[in-house]
Amino acid sequence: MTLRIPRRGLAQAFALIVILMIDRAVSPQFFNLHLQDGRLFGSVIDVLNRGTPVALLSLGMVLVIATGGIDLSVGAVMAIAGATAASLADTHSLPVVIASALAVGLACGLWNGILVAVLRIQPIVATLILMVAGRGIAQLITEGRIVTFTSPDLVWMGNGAVFGLPTPVAIAIGMLLLTAAVVRGTALGLLIEATGGNARASELSGVGTRAMILSVYIWCGICAALAGVIAAADIMGADANNAGLWLELDAILAVVVGGTSLFGGRFSLVLAVAGALIIQSMNTGILLSGYPPELNLLVKAVVVLAVLLAQSPRLGDIQRFTARWRRTKP
Amino acid sequence: MSDSSAPPATRPALLDIRGLTKSFGALKALDDVDFTLGEGEIHALLGENGAGKSTLIKVVTGVFARDAGTVRLANREIAPRSAKDALDAGIATVYQEVNLLPNLSVAQNLYLGRQPTRFGVVREAEMKRRAHALLLDYGLDIDVGAPLASYSVAVQHITAIARAVDLSARVLILDEPTASLDRHEVEILFKVMRKLAADGIGIVFVSHFLDQVYEICDRVTVLRNGRLIGSREIAQLPRLDLIRMMLGRELAETTHERAASQPDTAREVCVSFKGFGKQGYLAPFDLELRRGEVVGLAGLLGSGRTETARLVFGAERADSGAATVDGKAIRLNSPRDAAGLGFGYCPEERKTEGIVAELTVRENIVLALQARRGLHRPLSRREQDEIALRYIRMLDIRPPDPERPIGLLSGGNQQKALLARWLATSPKLLVLDEPTRGIDVGAHAEIIRLVRDLCEQGLALLVISSELDEIVTYSNRVIVLRDRAHVEELKGDAVEVSSILAAIAADAPAAQEVAS
Repeated sequence: MTLRIPRRGLAQAFALIVILMIDRAVSPQFFNLHLQDGRLFGSVIDVLNRGTPVALLSLGMVLVIATGGIDLSVGAVMAIAGATAASLADTHSLPVVIASALAVGLACGLWNGILVAVLRIQPIVATLILMVAGRGIAQLITEGRIVTFTSPDLVWMGNGAVFGLPTPVAIAIGMLLLTAAVVRGTALGLLIEATGGNARASELSGVGTRAMILSVYIWCGICAALAGVIAAADIMGADANNAGLWLELDAILAVVVGGTSLFGGRFSLVLAVAGALIIQSMNTGILLSGYPPELNLLVKAVVVLAVLLAQSPRLGDIQRFTARWRRTKP
Repeated sequence: MSDSSAPPATRPALLDIRGLTKSFGALKALDDVDFTLGEGEIHALLGENGAGKSTLIKVVTGVFARDAGTVRLANREIAPRSAKDALDAGIATVYQEVNLLPNLSVAQNLYLGRQPTRFGVVREAEMKRRAHALLLDYGLDIDVGAPLASYSVAVQHITAIARAVDLSARVLILDEPTASLDRHEVEILFKVMRKLAADGIGIVFVSHFLDQVYEICDRVTVLRNGRLIGSREIAQLPRLDLIRMMLGRELAETTHERAASQPDTAREVCVSFKGFGKQGYLAPFDLELRRGEVVGLAGLLGSGRTETARLVFGAERADSGAATVDGKAIRLNSPRDAAGLGFGYCPEERKTEGIVAELTVRENIVLALQARRGLHRPLSRREQDEIALRYIRMLDIRPPDPERPIGLLSGGNQQKALLARWLATSPKLLVLDEPTRGIDVGAHAEIIRLVRDLCEQGLALLVISSELDEIVTYSNRVIVLRDRAHVEELKGDAVEVSSILAAIAADAPAAQEVAS
C-alpha cells in the first residue's frame, strides 16, 4: 500500500500551516494539550474532533468526484443513519446499532449508484432526490421527534477516547487508512481515475466503468452513515432536521480544496481530508478569536477562493504572460 | 499538387481562398489550400475524415485563426474573428445538428434578436406574418407559431437556411445537411438550394453521399490530408476518378512495397463471425480472421468501416448472427467481453475514445491489462514500470518518460501508447481504426511497419484506413464496404488500389457515370 503524498499537496499544506499560525496568533493556547481522564484536550484536538464528520464525508465524496460525479445526499444520509442508530441505541448492542446504520448508508449509496451508473441520470439530479427525500425518511424513523438515548456504548462513539484520542478522530484515521488500503492497495484507484478522466476510453479498454461508479457511491453512503452515527453520538440524540445539514457542501469544498477536479480524474484521499481540516481550523479559529461566527462564512469564502486561484490553470497562463511582458520590457 | 483546371469563366468569383494554411502543433491540418466559389454555384467540398474540410470551414467562418493565406469575399479581403463576424460579412453556416432553439416557435427562431417591435414590444402577429411569407418562398406552408422541434429535421434545416439567407448571407455553407433526411426531404432541400443558387448565392455543400453530389453540385473540390487534390467540373468527372481523388495515392509519394502474399487458407482461423450485424447500423456480414493475417476494411466515409470494428469489439451490440473464437461460441455484448476474449481496439477518435489525457503514459499503457486482471490483482508499481518501459523502448515512444501525462504527447506517440495498451494484454485480435490518421509522416511509416511486425508475430489484425495505398501495403485480404454493407472481398493479387477503387465505385447508377 502506498499513501501518495504528492508534490501537488504543497498548496494545501501551506494553507493549513498558515491558518494554524493565525489561530495560534489569536489564541496563544492553541497548541496546548493536556491529558485528562485518559483523553487529550486542547484546541488542536477540537479541530480534529469537530472536523471528523466532514473528513469522513470527504473520504467518500472524493471518490465520487473522481469519477466525475457528485453526491448531494450525504447530509441527508447522515440524518437517516443517525436516526437509525439513535432509535436502536437503547434496545440493541453497539455492533448491531452500527451495523444497522451502515447498512442503511449502504442502501442509500446503492440507490444513488443505480440511478447514476445504471439509469445514467446526471449525478447532481440523481443525488438531489435523496438529498430531499432523505430528511423525510429520517423524520419517519424518528416520528418527527428528536430521539435521545442514554446507551453509554453509543455515547462513547461520540465522546470516548481511544489511546488518548477522541473516538471520532480515531475512527476517521482508521477510515482513512482503510479507504487508502482499498483504493491504492488494489487497482481500484487507477480504474477510478481512468473512469473519471475519460469514461468512454476506459470502457473501450475493458474497464467495468459501471461497477466503478456503483462502488464509489456505495462507499460514499457508508462513510456518510458513519459520520451520521458519530454526529448523533456526539449530541446523544438524532435530529432529523438538522443533523448533517449543509455538510454535503462542506464535503465538496474539502475535496475541491484538496485539489481534486470536479471534472473527475486524479484524486487524493489525504488531501481531501486536509481540505476538511483546513475548513475546520478556520471555523475553530474564528470561534476562538471572539469575532462573530457570521464572519466565518466570509473568511471561508476568501480562503477557498485563494486555494482555487492557486490551482487555476489560467493563473499559470497569466504568470507566463506577465513574465514574458517583464522580459520584453526595456 | 492541385490540378490546373481554371475556375469557370462564366461565374464571377464570390469567395476566393488562396494559400490557406493552418497547423495544430506539428500537424498541418490545412496546407496551402486554394478554393474558389462562384456566384450561384453549388460547390461540393469532399474528403475523408481528417482531410481538412471542417478546418477549412472553421477558418473561413472565423472559428479558427489562419496561419497563412487570404480569404476574399466579392473581391474584398476578410478576416473574421468569430462566427458572428463571418455572418456579418455574409458567410453563414448550417450544421448537421441544426443550431437553433427547438423550444421556440419557427417564427421566433427566424427573427431571434431582430424581432419587429413597436414601443419595445415584440409584434408577435407581424413577426408571424413575415415568417410565413418568408418560408412560402422556400415552398413551406406551415404554422410558424408552432415550436421548431415539432417539425421534421428537413423543415428545421430550411428554417436555419432561411434565417441565414435573410440575414443577408451570400455564401451558405451546408455541412452534411442531408445526413439525417429521407429521400423526400432531400428533394425539398435540393429545391431550396437550386432556388438560392438561381438568386446568385454561392453554396458550399459538404457531404459524403456521392449520388447527391452528382445530382446537385456544379463543381467539386477534394481535400486529402489537409492538401488540395483538385477542383473539377462535376459534369466532366467520372465517379471512379472522383473516388480516386478522395482515396487514391498521392502522385509524389513513393509506393510501399506490398507484403508477400501467402495462401490464406494455410493459416488457422481464430475469430469468425457469421451473419453478424445490427438492424439500421450494418448489414449482416461473414468475416473470418486468421492468425498472422491482416484484413483491411476499405470504403468511403460512412460506408460501415467503423461500424464493423465496433460490432467486432462489442462496442455496439449485434442483433443478429454469431461469433466464435477458436471454434467456440462466445458472448460479445460489451468491450469488456471483447477484451476478456483477447481482442483489442484502437478507435479512430484517439482523444475522446482512446487516451485518458491526464493520466501518465505508464497508466495509459497498463490500463487494459489491469482492467482484464481485475481489481484484486493489481500490477505492482515495479511491474507497471517494467511494462511501460518495455513498450516505450519497443515502439520508440517519445519522449521516453513513462510519467508524462499522455495528453502532452504528439498524436503519433499517443497512437503508439494506445497500441502498447493492447499489446501488453497479448491479444489474439487487434482492431485498428485509422491508425495513421493525424500523424506526421515519420510516425506514419513506423506504424505501418509495426502492423506488419505484429502480423508476423501471429496476431490477427483488422485494419481500417482511408489510405488505399497503405491498406494495400499490409493487407492479405481487403473487404470493401458500401452503404453499410460488406460488398466484396479481394484476395491475393487482386489486392491493389485500382481494384479496390473499382469495387467502391461499382454499382453506381449508370446515368451518373459521365465520360470525361
